[in-house]
Parts: sequence; structure tokens; C-alpha cells
Amino acid sequence: MSLQLFLLLAAGLFAIGLYGALSQQSIVMIMMGLELMLNGVIGAAAAFWHYVAPAAGDGQVLVVVAVVAMAVEMAAGFAVATAIFRARDVDMTDMAADLKR
Amino acid sequence: MITSAPLWSVLVVPAVLAAFAAAAVAADALLAARAAGRPLRAAAAAGPLAEVPRLLAGQRRTTLAPDALLWRLGVLTVPAAGVLAALVIPFGDVTASRMSVGVVWFNAMEVLTWAGLWMAGWGANSALSLVGGYRFVAQGLAYELPLMFALIAAAAGAQSLNVADIAGAQSHLWFAVWMPAAFIVYLVSVWAFSFLGPFAYPAGRDLAGGVLAELSGVDRLALEAGRWLLLTAGAGMAVPLFLGGGTGPALPAWAWSAVKTLAVLALLVWARRRLPVLRADRYAELAWVVLIPLTVGQALVPALVDLTR
Amino acid sequence: MTAVVFWVLAPLAAASGFMVFRFASMARVTIALLVSFLATGGLLIVLGLGYLGVVVILMMVMEMIIMAVFMIAYMMNPAGLISMTMDHNKRGALAISVTSFLLLGAGIFAVPWPRRAGARPADPTFQLGKALMTTQMLTMITLAFVLFATMVAAVVLATGRGRYDRFGDDLKRRPAAGPVRGGVGR
Repeated sequence: MSLQLFLLLAAGLFAIGLYGALSQQSIVMIMMGLELMLNGVIGAAAAFWHYVAPAAGDGQVLVVVAVVAMAVEMAAGFAVATAIFRARDVDMTDMAADLKR
Repeated sequence: MITSAPLWSVLVVPAVLAAFAAAAVAADALLAARAAGRPLRAAAAAGPLAEVPRLLAGQRRTTLAPDALLWRLGVLTVPAAGVLAALVIPFGDVTASRMSVGVVWFNAMEVLTWAGLWMAGWGANSALSLVGGYRFVAQGLAYELPLMFALIAAAAGAQSLNVADIAGAQSHLWFAVWMPAAFIVYLVSVWAFSFLGPFAYPAGRDLAGGVLAELSGVDRLALEAGRWLLLTAGAGMAVPLFLGGGTGPALPAWAWSAVKTLAVLALLVWARRRLPVLRADRYAELAWVVLIPLTVGQALVPALVDLTR
Repeated sequence: MTAVVFWVLAPLAAASGFMVFRFASMARVTIALLVSFLATGGLLIVLGLGYLGVVVILMMVMEMIIMAVFMIAYMMNPAGLISMTMDHNKRGALAISVTSFLLLGAGIFAVPWPRRAGARPADPTFQLGKALMTTQMLTMITLAFVLFATMVAAVVLATGRGRYDRFGDDLKRRPAAGPVRGGVGR
């Protein structure tokens, strides 16, 4: 149980999330990938607080920022998914390529 | 001074909680008997408790293509949430866990009911069951924020998240007296997270029992017991949060804790028969437009009191 | 003791994160993600951040159940009873993900991490509160504005009705028309 092990877990969660975010077609599944990436960030930030700088509150603030980012991403993502679903009755990113040249 | 009990007390907590819940169930049965015009006898009070061995031995139903893992897991989560939430409640001078973030733990454990009931509703592969699970999620979105602000108000009044500190900070005046809005919102939320009384919408009779529709045998016992365990845990938590904990003149601390818990339980069980079931979509507007500003304002009161002290 | 808990929770977090993209049933996918978050919350508690760990557990249970509602609503195959694959460019994504994991892993073991500076505070919760209220007040305000903007933006994006649907063509109808009469009578 050392800093490297926690960071390795965080890197693993980040990589799994990245795979999901890049390979999934459905907006909601992409969001699941993003959530996993932020999960890794939370673990890494907490590990840094504990092992490197426990006397300062900055590591904990980083955890709070990651959790807030997760909540914001979920809210905005579901709002966008709802809007796309209302307009086109689908939830896949391949159907949302309007800005593509 | 509230001390932490040794580790084996974690096993005693479910037993004590179940005893109080059984008392609540018996009282509820007596009230039901009186409302139906039947004579009040001991058999009436023991009726629901005699259901326990029948349900334990009963056959477990299964439906076509259920998600068995989620279904059983969801049903088990509800009583587990009640027991876990009760771990931080002090009984007199003793508590099973003296963790420094007891209030947040209590909140987190009752939120497990969201997951439990949604899974129990989904897993049965039945329309009525699913509707019941979704009704609880709708109701959950409504009650959760006012409950959180009520808990924050109590914690701010004592400047601590530790339940023992909150109980100890009420030696001059109970929080229920100078934070009445938080107390009332908390009691209403106890009904809401145990989906009893006016918040029995997820298990409503118009859904043939809702989340309880497809359950029988030990699953039904687990979910029904889970409701009453959650109610009892909520009532027990009201005592250190708003009613001063185990303090009182003549009796020892554990007796006062028991008396106050039974008083809150009696109030909750009696009043649940007086109020109609609230529809979650109509209650949601009330909760967000009225209760959240009320509880946010209420949480401001102890903050101002602490600043000016 | 904490090492035992770590070696239970860390593989659980990684494995359930992996299962998120393996399950066919959307409900199980959401619950797998929830388990991954609960494991991370447990790891935060093991690291001594009791308040943040319990808050992560609290928030993630609520968020995952709300996410489950949306997943079942929008996904084509929510119960996973029909087998279908819904991904694109799987090999490219796998290559990128494995490469990034190897790079991060190399960095983790190659970087000389600094030694611990200072001791753990007696009350990490108080340290967090004090930091957010004093030195990190700017972060706090930024988070508050971001959350508020998200709330407004999410409602604006997601709602299907506008002012004219609710209040009529002359904006004079009270109470507002809608699918459900709210409990307050607005």
C-alpha cells in the first residue's frame, strides 16, 4: 500500500475509462467512461494528499474539485442527451455530427 | 461523555434496532385494529410479528427472466441500510461507532435505500414493481435535499459532524426548540426514506404493492422489515440530533434515550395514519420550492448564532 | 489491516470498472460503476479522508441511480436481452487506452516522488473546511458559479417547453400549464 500502488490503480481506472469514452457510441456510455476517468483522478488526488502533502488542504480540495466536475459533467451530459433525444429520438454520438465539415 | 463500545456491539445494534422496530410494528397494528373497530387485544398487536415465521418459511416467488442478482441484492440493501445507519446512534452513553463524520454516514446509509429500491423494482421484470421503484426515485429526489439541509442545520448548531458532540451541545436548549423547521423536515424525511405513511407511494395499493408486488417469503420479510428498521433508525437518530440525546433528570442515560426514541416512534406511527399518501410528482414541487429555501434559511440560524456568540 | 482492505478494494474498483463495458444489461452496468465508486470511497476512508470518503459514497449512490434512470430511458437495449454491440473503433480505442496506461505506469515508477512534507492533521475534515474557506476561497467561488451555471444550462437544454407553452400566447395564464399540477399550485 504505497503511493505507486494507488497511482497505478488510478492509472488503470483512467485507462479503462478512456477506452470506454473512445469506443462507445451511446452518449450515456461515453459518460460512464468519463466518470471512471474522474474516479481515477479522485483516487490519485487522495493518495497524493496522504503520501506527499498531508499538512496542506490542497489535496482534499482537488478531490472536491474532481467530485464537482463529475457532478457537472453528469448534469450537462444528461441534459444534452435529453435534448438530442427530443430532437432525433436517438442517443448516439454518430447521429450528432452536425458540426462536422 | 459518550464512549465507543467494543467491536462486538456491532452485532447488538441490529437486535436492539429490531426490538424497537417490533414495538413500532405492534403499536401500528393496535392502531389499525382500533381504526377498524376491532377490540384491542394482545393478539392484534402480535399479528404482524406472527407473520415473521410464516414469511420465513414461505415460498419465494420468481418471475419470468428476472435480474435475480439485482433483485435480491436490492431487497437486501434496504434492511442493511437501516442497520448501518443505526451504527452511529448513541444509546445512552454508548455508541457502536464514534466516527467523526457520523451525521454524513447516517445520510449516506439511508441513501443506500435509493439503490436498494431501484434495484428491487427493476430486478423483478414486472411493470408494477418497476413503477414502484421509479416512484421511490422521484420521491427520493424530493426529500433528500431538505433532509440534508436539516442535518446540516443540526451539525452547524453543534459545530461538529460527530453525533456525540451534537448530543452534547444541547445541554442548554434542545435543537428541536430553536430549530423547529429542521426538526419537522427531518421527521417528515424519516417517513420518506422508509416509504411509510404519507410517502408509501412506491408501495402503494394502486400498484398492487409496488416494489412489494412480486415479493414473497423471505424477500418480502426483508423489505417490510427494512422499512420499519429505517423508520426506527431515523427515530433513534432524531434523539441525539434534535432532542438532546440521553440527558434527563432522574433516569440513567440509556433509559432517556429509549424513552425519547419511543416517543418519536409513537408520534411517527400515530401520525402516519392521519395523512393521505402524497404523490411524488406533486410533492416534488413542494419540496423544491418551499422546503429547500426553508431549510437553507434554517441552516443559516445556527451559523449566525455561532458567529455572534 | 489497512493493507488488507486496500488489496480487497483496489482490485474490486478496477474489476467493476472493467465490467462496466462488458455487461449487456444497462442496469448491471450502472451498478458495476456504482461498486467501483463505492470501492474508491472506501479507499479514501482507508487513506484517512473519512469525510470525503463518506461524501463520495453518498453522492455516487444518488448519482448512479439517477444515471440508471437515464440509461434505461435512452439506451436501445436496456436489459441486455438482445445481444448487440454498440461501439466503434474498438481496436483504436484499446490501443490508445493501453498506451496511455503504460505511459502513466512508466511515469509512476520512474518519477522520484517527493517525500512526505508535514504530518497528518488531527482533523482532516476541519483542514478541508479551513482550506476551502481561506486559502482556496477562489476555488470555492468558482465551483459555486460552475454548479449554478450547470443547473441553469441543464434545465434550459433539457426542457421541452418554453414560456409560451406554459403561460399561453399572451404570457398571462396563471397557474402555468404543464403535464403535472405541482403541489404548490404555481
